[in-house]
Amino acid sequence: MTGSIATGEIILVVGGGISGMTAALEAAECGKKVVLVEKSPTLGGRTALLYRYFPKLCHPACGLEINLRRLKGNRNVRVLTLAQVTAISGARGDYTATVKVAPRYVNDNCTACGDCERAVQAEIPNPYNYGLDQMKAAYLPHAMAYPQRYVLDPSIAGTEDGERAKSACKYGAVDLDMKEDTLEIRAGAVIWATGWEPYDAAKIQPYGYGLYANVITSVEFERLADPHGPTGGKIVRPSDGKEAKNIAFIQCAGSRDENHLRHCSRICCMASLKQSQYVREAYGAEGRSTIYYIDIRAIDRFEDFYQKVLKDPGVQFIKSKVANIVQDGKTGDVILHGVDTEGYHRYANSHDLAVLAIGMQPSVAAADIPAEVIADSSGFIEGALAGSGVFGAGCATNALDVNRAVQSSTAAALRAIQVVNRVARAEEAS
Amino acid sequence: MGNMTELNEQALAKYRNSFLHEVEERVEEGDWVKMCMQCGVCAGSCTFGPHWEHSPQKIFMMIRAGKREEVLRSDSMWMCTSCYNCVVRCPRKLPITQIMHGLAQYAHRLGVAPKMQPTRDLSLIFWNNCIKTGRVNELRFTLSLYFKDGLMAGIRQALSMQSIALALLMAKRLNPLEFFKGHECKDKAGIHRMLKKAQEIESRRQGAHK
Ligand SMILES: Cc1cc2nc3c(=O)[nH]c(=O)nc-3n(C[C@H](O)[C@H](O)[C@H](O)COP(=O)(O)OP(=O)(O)OC[C@H]3O[C@@H](n4cnc5c(N)ncnc54)[C@H](O)[C@@H]3O)c2cc1C
Ligand code: SF4
Ligand code: SF4
Repeated sequence: MTGSIATGEIILVVGGGISGMTAALEAAECGKKVVLVEKSPTLGGRTALLYRYFPKLCHPACGLEINLRRLKGNRNVRVLTLAQVTAISGARGDYTATVKVAPRYVNDNCTACGDCERAVQAEIPNPYNYGLDQMKAAYLPHAMAYPQRYVLDPSIAGTEDGERAKSACKYGAVDLDMKEDTLEIRAGAVIWATGWEPYDAAKIQPYGYGLYANVITSVEFERLADPHGPTGGKIVRPSDGKEAKNIAFIQCAGSRDENHLRHCSRICCMASLKQSQYVREAYGAEGRSTIYYIDIRAIDRFEDFYQKVLKDPGVQFIKSKVANIVQDGKTGDVILHGVDTEGYHRYANSHDLAVLAIGMQPSVAAADIPAEVIADSSGFIEGALAGSGVFGAGCATNALDVNRAVQSSTAAALRAIQVVNRVARAEEAS
Repeated sequence: MGNMTELNEQALAKYRNSFLHEVEERVEEGDWVKMCMQCGVCAGSCTFGPHWEHSPQKIFMMIRAGKREEVLRSDSMWMCTSCYNCVVRCPRKLPITQIMHGLAQYAHRLGVAPKMQPTRDLSLIFWNNCIKTGRVNELRFTLSLYFKDGLMAGIRQALSMQSIALALLMAKRLNPLEFFKGHECKDKAGIHRMLKKAQEIESRRQGAHK
C-alpha cells in the first residue's frame, strides 16, 4: 500500500467469488485502493465449480480468466487468501477490520510444480468436488486457482507427511512453521460479498440424500459433468458407476418451503434446464431428463432458454413436487413417488439418478456478519443501514445468477467509491 | 342443531358465487385454503393416498374452482386418518388434517355428507356414546359399531373379533361389567351444559348472517 493515501480511502472487500472480484476490480479500475479478503485458499468462489454457464452454455473458466487478468494487471488490489474478517469497528469512512489469516504452509516461492502433492500420502475429502472424491493433503485447489500456489492441509502440519512435502520441494516453499496471523485493516467502506452455500440436503429427509448414493445435489452434478471433476466428465452414478442416462431433476429441493428455506432460490430452475442439456450432450438421443417442478421460474430473458429446452424431446416436465424417493437395493435405481398436478395422477417413476436442485442460502447469515446490515427473513443482506458504509454484493444479498450478482457488485462498488470519495474530499479540505 | 337443509340453503344463498369464501368463513381453518400452491406433496405423502377419490391438494383446487356439491358430498375428507404426514410436509404449513376434519364436519352439519360412510358412522356412534356420560364406554361403543348394520352382521363381526376381545379381557383392558353401568363423569349435568354452549358458539360461526 502506498504511504500517501489515507486509510479511510481504502475499500475492504470480503469474499473473493465472482462478486467480490468484480466489486474489487470495478473500484480498483476507478483508481481506488482495495483489500480483497478471501476465506479459502483461492479466488473464484462457487462459479469456478460450475461446468457451464446458462444461458449461453459457455465455460465459467472464461469469465474467471478475464477477471484474473484484470486483477494481475492492476496494482490497486491487495489479495489476502485463507483470511477471514472476525470483527469490524468504527463508522463510515473510518472502519477497522480484524482479519485472521490461516497458515498455508507454502510461501510464494511455490511454482505449482506439484512435487509436494506427489510426495504426500494422506488424502482428504475434496471440497472442490463437494466431497465426491479424495485429494492429497498437499493440493492446488483447482486448475484456475489464484494464487497458483499449493496449500498444505493443517492436518499434516507436524506429521511425517508434512516433512515429506517439505523435503520434496526444490524451491524451499514449504514452511511448516507458519502460524495463524492477525491483521488490522483500516478502510473507509466495506463490501460484503461472501456468497452462498447449498442448503443441507440431508435435512430434506423424504428424499434420502446421504442414505441413497444415487440421490445427489445439483452442485455435485456440475462436478460430474465437468472434465476436471471426479469422474473426468462422465455422467455416471455413484453407487455402481453405471452411465446415468435417465435422470430425474427435483426442483425446489429445500426452497420455497417453510420447513426449510422460505425463499425461491431463483436460479435452480435454470440450473436444471441447463443440466438437462449436459445429459443431452453426453448421451445424445439416449439421454433422458425428467424435471419435477412446482412451476418453472426462468426469469425474464431466460425464458428463451426454457422455450428451447421445452422443444427438446429428451426432456420431460412433470408438474409435481416429489413426495419421497427410495432407492431399489438390487438395481440401484431411484423410485420417485408423488402425485402430479395436471390430472392428479399418482406415479412411482424409476430413474438412474435423482438430482436435487438444491436451494441457496447465504454462506454467512446476516446476523453473523460482524457489522450491522439490514437482513431479510432468509438471512440475506437486504440493504445498508442509513449512514453505514457496509454494503452487500452478489449472492450475499440474494440468490442470484452470475449476471445479476455482477450487477449488484458493480452497484456496491459505486456506493463504496462514493464513501471513500467523501473521505478524500474531507482530507483535502483539512 | 337447527334444520340442516335450511342451513345449506342459507349458505348457498349467501355464498352463491364463492365456495372459497364460504369455506374461509365457515370451515375450521378454512382461511388457509388460499395458501395452497398446488405442489402435491400432501397428496403424495398421504398414508391413505391411493384410496381417496380426491386428495387434499385436489380438494383445495376444487374449492377454489367452486365445486361445492362435489366437495361437500365427497367421502374423501372422511378418509383422513389424522396421521399428520401432510401437515409436517406441506411447504406452506397448511393445517391440512384440521381442514379435512373441518370440511367433513361442515358437510355433516349441512346435511349433505355421504350416507353409509364408515368413518362418519363411527364418529357419530363415538360422539353419541361419549356425550351421554362424559366418558366413552368402550364396550358399548364397540357393540354399537358391530351391530349398526343389523343383528346378523353384528354377530358375524363380533365372532371375527373374538380372539382380540379375549386378549383385551385377559389384559384387563375390557371390562364386561361396563355393559350394565359403566364409569361416568361426576358432573354429568355440567358436561351437558358445556357441550350445549360449545354448540351455540359453533352454530353462531357456521350459520351466522354477516
Ligand atoms: C447448481 C447451480 C448452478 C448454477 N449455474 C449457474 C449458471 O449456469 N449461470 C449463472 O449465471 N449462475 C449460476 N449459478 C449461480 C452462481 O453460482 C452464483 O451466481 C455465483 O456463485 C455468485 O457468486 P458470489 O461471488 O456472489 O458467491 P460465491 O461464488 O459463493 O463466492 C463467495 C466467496 O466468498 C468466500 N467467503 C465465504 N465466506 C467468507 C468469509 N467469512 N470471509 C471471507 N470470504 C468468504 C467464499 O469462499 C467464496 O470464494 C448456479 C448455482 C447453482 C446452485
Ligand atoms: S428457481 Fe425454481 S427450483 Fe429454484 S426455488 Fe425457485 S421455483 Fe424452485
Ligand atoms: S402440500 Fe400444502 S401447498 Fe402442497 S398441495 Fe398440499 S396443501 Fe397445497
